[in-house]
Amino acid sequence: MKKKLQVLGTGCTKCEMLARHAEEAARALGLDYELEKVTDIGRITDFGVMLTPALVVDGAVKVSGRVPTAESIKRLLVEG
Amino acid sequence: MSWTGEWKWLAAMTGGFLAVFWLPVGTPRFDQALLEGVHLAKWYAREHVLLCLVPALFIAGAIAVFVGQAAVTKYLGAGANRVLAYGVASVSGSILAVCSCTVLPLFAGIYRMGAGLGPAAAFLYAGPAINVLAVILTARVLGLEMGVARAVAAVLFSIVIGLAMHALFRREEGRRATTAPVGSDTARTRPLSQDVLYFGSMVAVLVFANWGPPQGAGAAWAAVYNAKWMLTGLAALVLAVAMVRYVGLSPGRAATVGVATATAALAFPSAPLVPFTVALVALSGVTSTAKGEAGEWFAATWGLAKQIVPLLLVGVLIAGALLGRPGHEGLVPSSWVAGLVGGNSLQANVFASVVGALMYFATLTEVPILEGLLASGMGKGPALALLLAGPALSLPSMLVIHGIIGFRKTVAFVGLVVTMATISGLVFGSLF
Repeated sequence: MKKKLQVLGTGCTKCEMLARHAEEAARALGLDYELEKVTDIGRITDFGVMLTPALVVDGAVKVSGRVPTAESIKRLLVEG
Repeated sequence: MSWTGEWKWLAAMTGGFLAVFWLPVGTPRFDQALLEGVHLAKWYAREHVLLCLVPALFIAGAIAVFVGQAAVTKYLGAGANRVLAYGVASVSGSILAVCSCTVLPLFAGIYRMGAGLGPAAAFLYAGPAINVLAVILTARVLGLEMGVARAVAAVLFSIVIGLAMHALFRREEGRRATTAPVGSDTARTRPLSQDVLYFGSMVAVLVFANWGPPQGAGAAWAAVYNAKWMLTGLAALVLAVAMVRYVGLSPGRAATVGVATATAALAFPSAPLVPFTVALVALSGVTSTAKGEAGEWFAATWGLAKQIVPLLLVGVLIAGALLGRPGHEGLVPSSWVAGLVGGNSLQANVFASVVGALMYFATLTEVPILEGLLASGMGKGPALALLLAGPALSLPSMLVIHGIIGFRKTVAFVGLVVTMATISGLVFGSLF
């Protein structure tokens, strides 16, 4: 099944870094995925996220307020 | 060839050509201004980078990694105690808002699913003004009283603004969207005493390393000044112990930094900057390759450095070229600045607040710009007004805020910010 990854953040360097790490992790796992960058603040709060950057996997908020390493994103993608 | 898509290139080239064609190079004022920019950059490099900016980046990085942000959002969430929420909102910017782009999502979050409009407004006003980097750099470059006034006025007036916003729009408060916020997963458990020791020793390093000569400030001040490097070293030692005990840095790595620093101190006893720099480099070296929290600490610090340092350099060059250093004029004649925002009149303070509210300042660049303006004859009151209204608001951020809270609330907020910044400026200007 196709994984849906969404990176929430208004576009500062930390959000870019999170997007890069997420892509790296998904590619290393050979996942079929699509990545979307959500920059609209209204949509970000609709996810219930206050601290950006945040990573959403298939609609569920997995990480908020920090930039995890590609390695820990990999673990998180395998588990969920 | 089709001109769609290509015309932008043409426009850019033509613009660049015309700018160079009529470049006023050779006219004394322009040449002088370029030199001023370089002079100011050199002065920053010599006076502020090693002892102030780099340690401050390490502190900000530590805050990003070690302070539980979840704890803060808990106090600003939907079920939060209303009175407590104002207090937390007004001070939490010191640890949350190092990057200005995190301020607006957090503002939207507090407003729409958290404690409501009042605390959100308080956070938006105080946040950018009291992040650690901003306070440290303001105090170091613009003077201690300006740094303290900035932090204190931001906190106090943010509560006033928050309460005023709440009172103005009380009847609409019930009708907000209520999505339950997702808990942040950054919760860590570390006793408060360890945090205090850890951050306290870092702040102590920064404070003692920057301790200024007494200038008639009393015997105690002079005694500290004479022992400043001993005290800095002592604070660094406490930090090293805290890092080994609580952060999981291996004793071997900590010892490496200690030995390198001590060797440098013995080799260059009359140049304390050398061991200080060696300590910074060694610390970076051992933390950047470390696993766990120590490694995350360096990663966060490095991320901040990449984000802030280039902007600051450009900001310093431009501020120097436009406004010059104390005693030297840049492109903008000092008499203009002194005429518009000199002294401490109501008019000067209002002008500084309004300009500050409209203008966009990249992270921390308000400091060199303010320095140039002060050198050109700006009064201290209007300077504080600009510092308070400036980072809190800009034309682009107003548009985003408008999208979140609507037209009437945005107008009310901007009006309150300008008013409060003006009042702070007037009070500060009459005191100092």
